Amino acid sequence: MGSGRLYLAVAVGGFRRYATYRAATLAGVFTNTVFGLILVYTYTALWDEKPHLGGYDLAQAVTYVWVGQSLFKTLANGGGGVESELMERIRTGDIAVDLYRPADLQLWWLAADLGRAGFELLGRGVAPFVFGALVFDLALPTDVTTWAAFLGAVLLAMVVSFGIRYLVALSAFWLLDAKGVAQMVMFTGWFCSGMILPLNVFPGALGEVVRTLPWSALLQAPADVLLGHADPLGTYAFQGMWAVVLLAAGRMAQGAATRRVVLQGG
Amino acid sequence: MDEGFIDVKGVEKVFEVRKKAGFLKRERRQVRAVDSISFRVARGEMVGYIGPNGAGKSTTIKMLTGILTPSGGRLRVAGIDPSRERTRLAHRIGVVFGQRTTLWWDLPLIDSYKLMHRMYRIPDGRYRENLDRLVELLDLSELLDVPVRQLSLGQRMRGDIAAALLHDPEVLYLDEPTIGLDVISKAKVREFLRELNAERGTTVLLTTHDLQDIEQLCSRVMVIDHGRMMYDGPLAGLHEAGESERTLVVDLERELPPIEAPAPARVVRVEGPRQWLAFPASESAAPLVARIAAEYPLVDLSVREPDIEAVIAKMYVEQTEKTANAGNAGNAGKAVS
Ligand SMILES: Nc1ncnc2c1ncn2[C@@H]1O[C@H](COP(=O)(O)OP(=O)(O)O)[C@@H](O)[C@H]1O
Ligand SMILES: [Mg+2]
Repeated sequence: MGSGRLYLAVAVGGFRRYATYRAATLAGVFTNTVFGLILVYTYTALWDEKPHLGGYDLAQAVTYVWVGQSLFKTLANGGGGVESELMERIRTGDIAVDLYRPADLQLWWLAADLGRAGFELLGRGVAPFVFGALVFDLALPTDVTTWAAFLGAVLLAMVVSFGIRYLVALSAFWLLDAKGVAQMVMFTGWFCSGMILPLNVFPGALGEVVRTLPWSALLQAPADVLLGHADPLGTYAFQGMWAVVLLAAGRMAQGAATRRVVLQGG
Repeated sequence: MDEGFIDVKGVEKVFEVRKKAGFLKRERRQVRAVDSISFRVARGEMVGYIGPNGAGKSTTIKMLTGILTPSGGRLRVAGIDPSRERTRLAHRIGVVFGQRTTLWWDLPLIDSYKLMHRMYRIPDGRYRENLDRLVELLDLSELLDVPVRQLSLGQRMRGDIAAALLHDPEVLYLDEPTIGLDVISKAKVREFLRELNAERGTTVLLTTHDLQDIEQLCSRVMVIDHGRMMYDGPLAGLHEAGESERTLVVDLERELPPIEAPAPARVVRVEGPRQWLAFPASESAAPLVARIAAEYPLVDLSVREPDIEAVIAKMYVEQTEKTANAGNAGNAGKAVS
């Protein structure tokens, strides 16, 4: 498959280009570790008050914290994936150059973002997680199958995350203030993906809604698989559904955007 | 094939621009960026496409690559309608936009080339061969491992040109390839393009607002302004058509009255000891310089090439005069009969 090799090369490039920022990576590891510590102490106080909040015991809640900190950059919950670059290319009109190349725009950026996410997982995710595991009592699975299932859910989460951010980036074709929109969506994503509190803690109707939104496929889904709180296959189906819906919507937006560029020059 | 390799017939591009006109009110305006232009370029030709900023050069190039659909007219490149078969055409053309890069910003130059290898499905042997040749001709060997963001503008431009040629395109479009480059980089780029065209027979369409690019590279030049084709022919003819003038800037030892130069050369400006003389672009500067050096206390001098704006401005005057004359003649003819 000729084009398979192209997108593989794009993904490898995505991985390597983020790997060049060593100082940023180190700083990020430090930030995530500090944030993890703050959250652990907050959660400990909270779970002391209300044991088994959201169905987690304290060890599970603390594990959730370190999963969240480790996946923060990988899932780009707070932004910082390839979408900012894509938006910049749209804003400056450079996107026109991308259009005449014999490659699919969406697959190209998906590959680049997966490469990036892969680097963030290894470069920024592993260290805080190991730190958490060494310092605290974590509820970690002992069987390889659960770990493998967890990684599967992380991969799907990466695709869903890209699907959201690709749509946000393409909005720059129509909106002058797309950056503001992006910030709003990212903030929503930060909250709705369970970065502050696990989504199963959210009560009533709010909880129901938040747990069906695509952001719950990002952190909550893989974390629950790791904690043995959710059935992997059901989780995959939920994530897969959102991945398909978002990528299809992205493809439609891309079609409309391309027509616009081709007719109006951007 | 009898048809030109690039065949443009009555092509136009009209942009709809919406402008804010007060609160919530939007005004629609049409910009005719390209206005019914026609030309043909034969295989292996090297043509300069020149005109001031906003003339419609980039719009034309975009239509030729297929990333912009014409509003009217007919356009073919190698028999292909670019906007309908953009991807198929992409394998046969190379494009360099001077102000945009296709290279991967944060990665070493070579990584971008590896991507081109995959993207255009270039057979391994041919990729190696082309890469080696381009690296040598464009002097890139030291730069292959340097991240693109660390390259100078001239180095990046050479890198971009190589990227556009790895898949052996039959035609290369260059949109302002020398813009912002220093003299040495400009010379390198020009030298390379001359060789590319002469030795590999690649058809080249070069957009610029620098007359020197054309002077050194193209035997044929097309001039566009306000979306209309003003001139299409040899460069020498352009100077005649525009009656363009070069400027000799002379620094004298002290402030003096305007130099008495032999006509048609004449002083157009005096500022202290510095004087500006205009003379026809088609004439050598040497006799004029010799005469001034012999008769005046000369400190320094330089020659300025005519800028394209001036040439075109003169062309306008000529054209309107011609049509006006033609109209009078017609009327006169009528009156007599
Ligand atoms: N996408 C666009 N929307 C509206 N107007 C445009 C667009 N692209 C170009 N124009 C206008 O069309 C004219 C020609 O532009 P361009 O082809 O870029 O000129 P050049 O490359 O010769 O400098 C200019 O007046 C420019 O403002
Ligand atoms: Mg231009």
